[in-house]
Amino acid sequence: MAEIQTLYTAKDFKSDQEVRWCPGCGDHAIMNAIQRALPELTHKKENFAFISGIGCSSRFPYYMNTYGFHSIHGRASAIASGVKVANPKLSVWQITGDGDAMAIGGNHFIHAIRRNIDINIILFNNEIYGLTKGQYSPTSKFGAVTKTSPYGTVEHPFHPGELVIGAQGKFFARTIDTNLKLSQDIFVEASRHDGTSVVEVLQNCVIYNDKTHAALSDKEHKEDRTIVLEHGKPMIFGKNRDKGLILDVENLKLKVVELGDKYSEKDLLIHNAEEKNPGIHAMLANMSYPELPVAFGVIRKVKAETYDKAVKRQVETVKAKSSFKCMDDLLNSGTTWEV
Amino acid sequence: MGKKADTIEREEVVVRFSGDSGDGMQLTGTLFSDTSAFIGNDLSTFPDYPSEIRAPQGTIGGVSGFQVHIGQTAIKTPGDYADILIAMNPAALKSNAKWVKEGGTIIIDEDSFDERGLQKAGYKTEDPIQEDKLDIFNIIKAPISSLTKEALKDMGLDPKSILRSKNMFALGMVYWIFDRPLSYTESFFQKKFKNKPLVVEANITVLRAGYNYAETMEHLAPSYKVSPAKIEKGTYRNISGNIATAWGLMAAAEKAGLELFCGSYPITPATEILQELSARKDLGVKTFQAEDEIAGICTSIGASFAGDLAVTSTSGPGLALKGEAIGLAVMTELPLVIVNVQRGGPSTGLPTKPEQSDLMQALYGRNGESPVVVMAASTPSDCFHYAFEAAKIALEHMTPVILLTDGFIANGSEPWRIPKMSEYPDIKAPIIKEEKKDWQPYARDAEKLARTWAIPGTIGMEHRIGGLEKDELKGSVSHDPMNHQRMTEIREEKVQRVSNFIPKLKVEGEETGKLLVVGWGGTYGHLATAVNELNAKGKKISLAHFNYIKPLPGNVKEVFSKFDKIVVCEINLGQFANYLRMTHPDFKYLQYNKIQGLPFTTIELKEHFEKLLEE
Repeated sequence: MAEIQTLYTAKDFKSDQEVRWCPGCGDHAIMNAIQRALPELTHKKENFAFISGIGCSSRFPYYMNTYGFHSIHGRASAIASGVKVANPKLSVWQITGDGDAMAIGGNHFIHAIRRNIDINIILFNNEIYGLTKGQYSPTSKFGAVTKTSPYGTVEHPFHPGELVIGAQGKFFARTIDTNLKLSQDIFVEASRHDGTSVVEVLQNCVIYNDKTHAALSDKEHKEDRTIVLEHGKPMIFGKNRDKGLILDVENLKLKVVELGDKYSEKDLLIHNAEEKNPGIHAMLANMSYPELPVAFGVIRKVKAETYDKAVKRQVETVKAKSSFKCMDDLLNSGTTWEV
Repeated sequence: MGKKADTIEREEVVVRFSGDSGDGMQLTGTLFSDTSAFIGNDLSTFPDYPSEIRAPQGTIGGVSGFQVHIGQTAIKTPGDYADILIAMNPAALKSNAKWVKEGGTIIIDEDSFDERGLQKAGYKTEDPIQEDKLDIFNIIKAPISSLTKEALKDMGLDPKSILRSKNMFALGMVYWIFDRPLSYTESFFQKKFKNKPLVVEANITVLRAGYNYAETMEHLAPSYKVSPAKIEKGTYRNISGNIATAWGLMAAAEKAGLELFCGSYPITPATEILQELSARKDLGVKTFQAEDEIAGICTSIGASFAGDLAVTSTSGPGLALKGEAIGLAVMTELPLVIVNVQRGGPSTGLPTKPEQSDLMQALYGRNGESPVVVMAASTPSDCFHYAFEAAKIALEHMTPVILLTDGFIANGSEPWRIPKMSEYPDIKAPIIKEEKKDWQPYARDAEKLARTWAIPGTIGMEHRIGGLEKDELKGSVSHDPMNHQRMTEIREEKVQRVSNFIPKLKVEGEETGKLLVVGWGGTYGHLATAVNELNAKGKKISLAHFNYIKPLPGNVKEVFSKFDKIVVCEINLGQFANYLRMTHPDFKYLQYNKIQGLPFTTIELKEHFEKLLEE
């Protein structure tokens, strides 16, 4: 793997197109993290395909010097699925937003996950429609005041992680645009995972929903309000690494404890991303500030056969057994007669 | 074999099998068709089943029918009216008697005509013959159920299994009437149930019992002689339109050296295409049963981007859902075949009934100026040819192609001379196989205006495409006003230029005359039969039938100008007629339209044409 790393640098993945996101938009940082992640992977440049739908984030493929397809609203999961099944050797990435994936494309999103097609879905979640200039999205907080909810929304938001797990997702991770290094590492891990990987990136829309994730990116407090989960390690967080998570067995929910006299590191939960049972992963994915820290890192990563591999395997198996080797064989099969 | 007192020689005969949807009428009809094909008749079939999976037993809604038209001449339609109707229950009689020729024969299972059966079928009296004035027919009342029971009484079968064989009794009777051998049907059962000897024996016993019964009762039933047809030499098979469509697409993939990908969603009456392609994983086909119609086409667009021959199959409501994605394929200029097996609309409409009312949707049912190639197959077996051609055009011209068939030809079947793949041309898609310096994704060849196809995985050819307007050469996003004008014109011109690569419009009959009948798609069999029959009577009538709709063949004007009158016949309210008014406004187009969820009948067509010829 090491020798491949020297093949490319982030610069090799930048296209000649002028990047047109607003200055200060979180998308810039996410793109940087992806362009830095790709050289760490073993794929050759010509084997990357970036597929997007519609929305600010969906402009992404134009800025990548890879094969790219900027498609139509909501359908990127379906198009990416077709690309991967047609050509399984490609590394297929779907770039999408909370409107594209959770609203108009919700159906394709859950079914891609259910099938476990080996694509990497990078979900830019800014909780707003940016391209159409500021309407609420399916992830907007309850009561959010936007152009189409001037008196506040009266609908409850989707939690992407919950949806992924509900759709039998095998890989879910969360990061934030401001943490470039964490994002880069997660993208590498998502790509290396065989199956549908969903990475939710909390992203700031500087124009229409500024500071929506400010509580989690705030320099002073972010370490007290978020936890970076690492497989096999205890769930510790806080600026002074003095807090942790335990399972409140009586109420069957997660609870924050202070490390000190009463609790030590030994008492804390150890993160097991590879646990098949999604119960604890769902709890971790659903943690929200201020009650609990918001979870970053790879929350769930479970091995299972992928759809694209199953299709390939099935085609190869039945082909090998079949007496048909070409169309002429098929045309002349079954009942025929001579005139 | 008993001597037949009253044998009628006929060039062609129509038989209709009808019964409850659990009575096995589709199988019975298929077995009769196969036997007729083996002994050399030409034929055409049409299954007519209810759209409900299980309508209550014995009701009109649950009646399933299968019509077959056999002949010693070329048979192009399943026939308008039946010479013989088999009605396995009162509901079948009630709903099918209107499809029998005056003086025709109706065989009924008289055991099923009890009080309950009559009531369920909606008869108000105990005498359906009297009630529906059926005495113009030759009615044969046969105790089919009880004789079936009698024939199987010693075989140790349960009563349900015994009654399930009663269709074979009816089939045996029909075989006697037509002097057909039982051997083909017997060997069918021997093969199909080789591990269930009891089932084989039961079916054959009942089949023979029916045959012998008819022989004994010969004075009741006339018998028919239909000699073998004179047809082109070769190896033949029966094929339905949907299977032919699936195979035509596979044949195109083989000739193009590409893998076939079908992303689709089940929808009547197109589902069989997806089913057949799914079974053909044994020849490497990849199928993707998507979560909805939109995902069906979008996975195919993804597969096309990734270098497969990509197709999607659907029917009218599905085509509506696919509209936006077809526009994406237009903009990205990717090859894609969309098969639309038309059915009655709008909305859910008449899912199992044929109609030609999606023509305008295929031509224009998208946002923006969104030209695609539109074609139509015209018979069950030529679905193979036109599916092949649709894929060839899509790949060589880098464009989406909509292939229209309909429920009539999709479910109908006919004998088909099996082609050799060596008779078909290679398909050459403009794939860029290796790195090309200064390559531009939207540069095109001068003749076809097709762009080249650089498939992900090809070194050095990384590029981006998408739904936003494309720069004329680079393919990058362009909002330049003049670029949009040029690109809009180029996309239209690219489709129009396909006209230089398709056959000229042919005329059946004389090239000049009083009346030119114009049709397209699945109405061919009825139109050709009506025109040929009038021609044989010395009428100056010809047929021009279209398979290429956008673009039209180049010689339309030349063909049309040689006739006094033109009548455009369609199973809709005049969509093709209006299209011709727009593209060829110099002519006056009369219309003949029918929209009942039924095919034309040759009788009604001939009547109408004769009237036009007299005026």
